[in-house]
Amino acid sequence: MGEKKLMRGNEAIAEAAIRAGCRNYFAYPITPQAELLQWMAEHMPEKENGTFLQAESEIGAISMVYGAASTGERTMTSSSSPGISLKQEGISYLAGSELPAVIVNIMRGGPGVGNIQPAQADYFQATKGGGHGDYRLIVLAPSTVPEAAELTFEAFNLADEYRNPVILLADGMIGQMMEPVELPSPVDTSDLQPKPWATTGTDGRDSNTIRSFAMGAEALKSINRDLQGKYENIKKAETRYEEIGVDDPDVLLVAFGTVARIARTTRRLAEEQGINLGIFRPITLWPFPGDRLAELSKKVDTVLTVEMNAGQMVEDVRLSVNSEINTPFYGEQGGVVPDPGRILQEVKKYV
Amino acid sequence: MDQYSTIVSGFGGQGVILTGKIIARTGMEEGLEVTWLPSYGPEMRGGTANCTAIISSKLIGSPVVKEPSSLIAFNKPSLDKFGPSVQQDGVIVLNSSLIDDFSLDKSHKVVLLPVNELAKDLGNQKVINMVALGGWSKATGKLSLSALKKGMKLTLEESGKERFVDINQKALEKGYETAKEGIKASSV
Amino acid sequence: MSEEAVAENTKEMKKVFDRPESLNDQQFSYCPGCHHGVINRLIAEAIDELGIQDTTVGTAPVGCSVFLYKWFDIDVIQPAHGRVSAVATGAKRARPDLTVFAYQGDGDFASIGTNNSTHAANRGENITTFFINNTLYGMTGGEMAPTTLIGQKTTTTPQGRTAKDYGYPIKMSEMLAELDGPTYITRQAVYDPKRIDKARTAIKKAFRFQMEDEGYSLIEFLSACPINWGMDPVEANERIKKEVEEVYPLGDIIERS
Repeated sequence: MGEKKLMRGNEAIAEAAIRAGCRNYFAYPITPQAELLQWMAEHMPEKENGTFLQAESEIGAISMVYGAASTGERTMTSSSSPGISLKQEGISYLAGSELPAVIVNIMRGGPGVGNIQPAQADYFQATKGGGHGDYRLIVLAPSTVPEAAELTFEAFNLADEYRNPVILLADGMIGQMMEPVELPSPVDTSDLQPKPWATTGTDGRDSNTIRSFAMGAEALKSINRDLQGKYENIKKAETRYEEIGVDDPDVLLVAFGTVARIARTTRRLAEEQGINLGIFRPITLWPFPGDRLAELSKKVDTVLTVEMNAGQMVEDVRLSVNSEINTPFYGEQGGVVPDPGRILQEVKKYV
Repeated sequence: MDQYSTIVSGFGGQGVILTGKIIARTGMEEGLEVTWLPSYGPEMRGGTANCTAIISSKLIGSPVVKEPSSLIAFNKPSLDKFGPSVQQDGVIVLNSSLIDDFSLDKSHKVVLLPVNELAKDLGNQKVINMVALGGWSKATGKLSLSALKKGMKLTLEESGKERFVDINQKALEKGYETAKEGIKASSV
Repeated sequence: MSEEAVAENTKEMKKVFDRPESLNDQQFSYCPGCHHGVINRLIAEAIDELGIQDTTVGTAPVGCSVFLYKWFDIDVIQPAHGRVSAVATGAKRARPDLTVFAYQGDGDFASIGTNNSTHAANRGENITTFFINNTLYGMTGGEMAPTTLIGQKTTTTPQGRTAKDYGYPIKMSEMLAELDGPTYITRQAVYDPKRIDKARTAIKKAFRFQMEDEGYSLIEFLSACPINWGMDPVEANERIKKEVEEVYPLGDIIERS
């Protein structure tokens, strides 16, 4: 860890990516992630053949990611909700071709053009597969700016380790706000694990192919079986979450990203009123930490889910916990950020 | 220090965003937890601009505040929008060069600073924001004048604007000194 | 003939035709009379002659070229339909030391991927693009493409393409030649030895431009699709000469270096 800097979320994500060895970045401007693009344009290291390219479209950008990732180099794109919808084709191909890449979604309100205010309404899209076919993305949800930097750095390691696209799912608030960040030390790209599968010119070896195509039913079935096996391994090894005051809470609140940090304020307000509010925060939205949540839910009567959407993660919460307990939902939409006091009102309904 | 939140609001071009950043940056240098959150989007194109800076000795939950501890208002629309939500006994720094008629319901500590004139006296209209911030330092007592000078210097240096450090220091001092005389401790 | 005599005879024989090194020992699965196979071979020959087999990466999508990775003994990336120019851009930007080519059909290059192909050309991406124009969608069953000629019957224009409903055959090469980005744009055909010779020269030239960092090259091939045209291979070749060339004249369109 290096020096402490006051940075916007978008800038911290961009800088963390560069420090993680990302040397290829392709994107298209969209609010509220424009600063990410601007930071990359200015800071992508040229002397190491770093590529910053403003693409002709979101589809162009994700396709360039596909090409660059095929050469085995660390590669990223970023956008906000409507742009991520456009990228779904490429994301499905990345997953199908088992290419490591990092995709950043600084979510805004939808559907359609919606607005540019923060939202969490792309949970389904990110965790259930916005594109076609049976695939999974590793979905990381930072709750603060420093964590956004940390998880971006980690996203590249996970992508490489599993040859799988990773989504960093943040929102306009995390993208726009500033907080002190301790940036990770830059990796030396020459120290990164070699990728013998990459298309880098044969140079004497047998030729490599990057593709998601298999003509025969049995061949494609076998590819899918391998993918599912990989996803099982990811579930076992990479499920992440944070717990605050979950030992004996009156109510257990489940939230991710921005809402989880707001819930910390709610917890303080609750404490003043003698209410013990536990917080369970999934850091990986896929794999969803359902097993741990199931354990914790045994100690409470109510698991309250709060999101900036109409109720998306709550479906995974309800699938995970004992069906005997209450699993209410409170959400805000349209770019409205839930107020800590308002969340407390919801909590008090179940105390 | 318990959480202390400040909304800075005004027209685009009045240095609103920078003022908030300097509060956050100074807080960070003082070893505090800080957050800074801008309003973004169409508003940044010449309409009203505002941002929220929070400093705290404890981890900051929500960076959004409904009832700020203090407000720096550079124009009338900003005062109308945020003035009523400032906490009881909170601080409001008013640009009295542009705001001459106002009424507030709560018991606020109000500082009237004719920042346009004060900046003009210093020979640079652009430093109205630092004049106001100097006044805010005096009225809130949350970040000292010397700490803010340092925070401002670091912030400007990082964006390659070292040459403006001196004039901005003078502006911070001017605001601080003027506020000594100009604090009204009751509702107006 | 005795074994000795055979040995003696073959010693005198010179090998004049062989599979290029850059092609695998595989039989193409292209339809009879299709020009893809000839074009593939010419590209492979050029790669051999330039000595770049080890440093070349091909990009080819689904459609008739879906098995390109099988035919070529080089590294191959298979992008989504239409995205080839953008994927080639990504690979080339990541590894400028590689020679990267894009192999695209008319649906890919001129319809679903027009945005990507146009902007790669406009940026002057240092890639080599082969655009196979057979005036329809071959693989999916002979549907109309933007390149389909007026009056041409396809499975989606059973009465023939009309300008009123679908506009005119799109002239990608001429269109892109209007841009300042591209270095070399040419239209070639492979229906006779003379044309094959010219195409071979054009391919090598296009690769050389890339190797010398000169920027974007596009070779459009007028290609036969006898099956979907409902013709035998000879008739299909005649159609190119008589009808297709009328709309898409052969030859270099721009060369700037």
